[in-house]
Amino acid sequence: MAEITYRDALNQALAEEMERDDSVFLMGEEVAEYDGAYKVSKGLLDRFGELRVVDSPISELGFAGLGVGAAMVGLRPIIEFMTFNFSLLALDQVINSAAKMLYMTGGQINIPMVFRGPSGAALQLAAQHSQAAETWYVHAPGIKVVTPATPADAKGLMKAAIRDDDPVAVMEGELLYNVRGEVPEGDHVIPLGLADVKREGGDVSIITHGKTVHLALQAAKRLEKEGIEAEVLDLRSLRPLDVDAILATVRKTNRAVYLEEGWPYVGVGAQVAATIQEEAFDDLDAPVLRVTQADVPMPYAKNLEQLAKPNAERVIAACKRVLYRT
Amino acid sequence: MPTKVHMEALSPTMEEGQVVKWLKAEGDSVSQGEILAEIETDKATMELVARGDGVLRRVLLEEGGTAPVGEVIAIIAGADEELGDLPAKDEAPEGAGREKEEPAPEKEEAGAAREGSQEPKTPPAGEEPSEGEVEGVDDGTQVKASPLARRLAQEASLELSRIEGTGPGGRVVKRDVEAALEARVEARPEVAAADAPRVKGAAEGPEFEDVPLTQMRKTIARRLVESLGPVPHFFLRITVDMSRTLEARERVNRLLEEDDGKISINDFVLKATAGALARHPEVNAHWNGDSIRRFGRVHLGVAVATEEGLITPVIRDAHAKGLLEVSTEIRELVTRGRDKKLQPEEYTGSTFSVSNLGMFGIHEFTGVINPPEAGIVAVGGIEETPVVVEGQVVVRPLMKVTMSCDHRVIDGATGARFLQTLKEMLEEPAAALL
Repeated sequence: MAEITYRDALNQALAEEMERDDSVFLMGEEVAEYDGAYKVSKGLLDRFGELRVVDSPISELGFAGLGVGAAMVGLRPIIEFMTFNFSLLALDQVINSAAKMLYMTGGQINIPMVFRGPSGAALQLAAQHSQAAETWYVHAPGIKVVTPATPADAKGLMKAAIRDDDPVAVMEGELLYNVRGEVPEGDHVIPLGLADVKREGGDVSIITHGKTVHLALQAAKRLEKEGIEAEVLDLRSLRPLDVDAILATVRKTNRAVYLEEGWPYVGVGAQVAATIQEEAFDDLDAPVLRVTQADVPMPYAKNLEQLAKPNAERVIAACKRVLYRT
Repeated sequence: MPTKVHMEALSPTMEEGQVVKWLKAEGDSVSQGEILAEIETDKATMELVARGDGVLRRVLLEEGGTAPVGEVIAIIAGADEELGDLPAKDEAPEGAGREKEEPAPEKEEAGAAREGSQEPKTPPAGEEPSEGEVEGVDDGTQVKASPLARRLAQEASLELSRIEGTGPGGRVVKRDVEAALEARVEARPEVAAADAPRVKGAAEGPEFEDVPLTQMRKTIARRLVESLGPVPHFFLRITVDMSRTLEARERVNRLLEEDDGKISINDFVLKATAGALARHPEVNAHWNGDSIRRFGRVHLGVAVATEEGLITPVIRDAHAKGLLEVSTEIRELVTRGRDKKLQPEEYTGSTFSVSNLGMFGIHEFTGVINPPEAGIVAVGGIEETPVVVEGQVVVRPLMKVTMSCDHRVIDGATGARFLQTLKEMLEEPAAALL
């Protein structure tokens, strides 16, 4: 297995799928001539030409809508948002058109398209450019949402998303693009809707998705020094949700902490906590706790930003609380 | 920490108990396992033991008083320990205005429902808190516990209120239940010894076999319950010539010393029934709802009349016991049954039952099945009756035996074959030697 970056893993996935199926095309701001704002589409213009790698104007609602139209007539568009912060402009096309088309046409027209780009905070980009967009997308039935945390998952989930016959949002991370990891050779496809145990442990379950998988692993490593074995479950897919995997880890450890970089209010953790108490109430030895971004717009000031983001200390404290080891 | 003494469920069906006698008085020191009181249950007089060490500080229920299971009837604590708002005598269990406690499981449910919004207790407006009242002390009606701890405690039949919680606010969590379980395992060798007494010569091998229901059996069960339920009884009656049993009884009783007591006809009936059951496991069975449990060993329930009603002590492994052993054992069980001294394990776990009203001059009668058993035999008295033998009218001592069968388990022919064996064993007692 080759060790490559998350960025290159995505690039491989795009290239391989465009090679495999000529109805696949990429459109977005600066994806062609500039190789993408984060260089994910590097080399694709040269390889596949300007009909399949298309620079769009700065008009998220417009090119997202173009993508929906193209999907309706049989193409498989990949729409890149420079970041998902800007996709708020396009939510009418995402939610009202892409997610609902199959339902509103009585099953006649499906939308095989991908929305992709980085989501969540990077460093000091301030309130408007530092938000996790998962919950806006995952709230609506009709669109799938995946959040790869590693290069292998990035490649496998991107390929599955492109091949899927329904709209899928692939939420990446600015701070993930340089992460290196081993990626299986060949046609590596990960079915949508499967969570992955990133670390096994029997004492407490840290359930998370996306970028914070790495934070969970850091916290687990520090807990190990105190004799606490944390299991880290990476959901990978927020819709469909791997409820079986969630219940399995809770039944194993009897306690869970949800970690996410988004806000707590009606967040992914809220959904997961509800699922756990509905389905595994009698297996719980403690309430499900959540570690999230503070319930405020992300501050610009570096010190305040650090305080607002979830960190390993808070994860460790939450784990100890559910273990009654404060 | 004070230990509350609860009215415990000392029999499987007990809902309330009466204090016959306190063996300890207020101020006496007690240690765990010591007998505190004699409690009369619905079945017998049982001993209530201390679950903690200290001094019996408060007795809340006088001798002769009755309290529902779960009620606090005394307090054990250190000699000078502050008792806080633990109940004192004037607010004794049956005191007016006190909310009647539900049986334990419901009580815990209610506790769970209120958990989370639990407020520190405040006295109703206009009432001064009584001296020594401590805010937030659990009064035993609510136990804070995690769902998992609740489930584990229930599975292990542990009372949550007896487990000290180490979670926030005294919440009982998994580790507390595990610790309590460990303590119980360490503290119960004597219980293990009392478990299922094994007798010499008792059948080895599995205690029972569960037979899955065939479709036909299921249909029979369903249809018959519709007709006569919930236990669809039917009755088979057979007449037994007791001549040879009477002769055998005379002979064996001549062999016995005076102080051995005498073998009764009923002892022969019990011994023969156990022998016949051992040969017909399809009758020596329980209805389990989704299967039929056939027993390889015979634990024979024997209906005994006491002044207050019926109790059914059990002769364990009756098929493997000799006539004298059966006779001695049943006499002893009957005596203790009438004195209400039977332990629960002595009147539960029977695989089949016998009821004999012959001594009351009853000719014949039908017994009501004790579920989940599949049958009961009802034995009438022996009567000199003219019968025709080889064309001649002769007088024979006849006895009528009526078997009530649960038709879901036993069909007519099955029951008949069993009765035939029973008849043969009584008509030829030497058959028991085979």
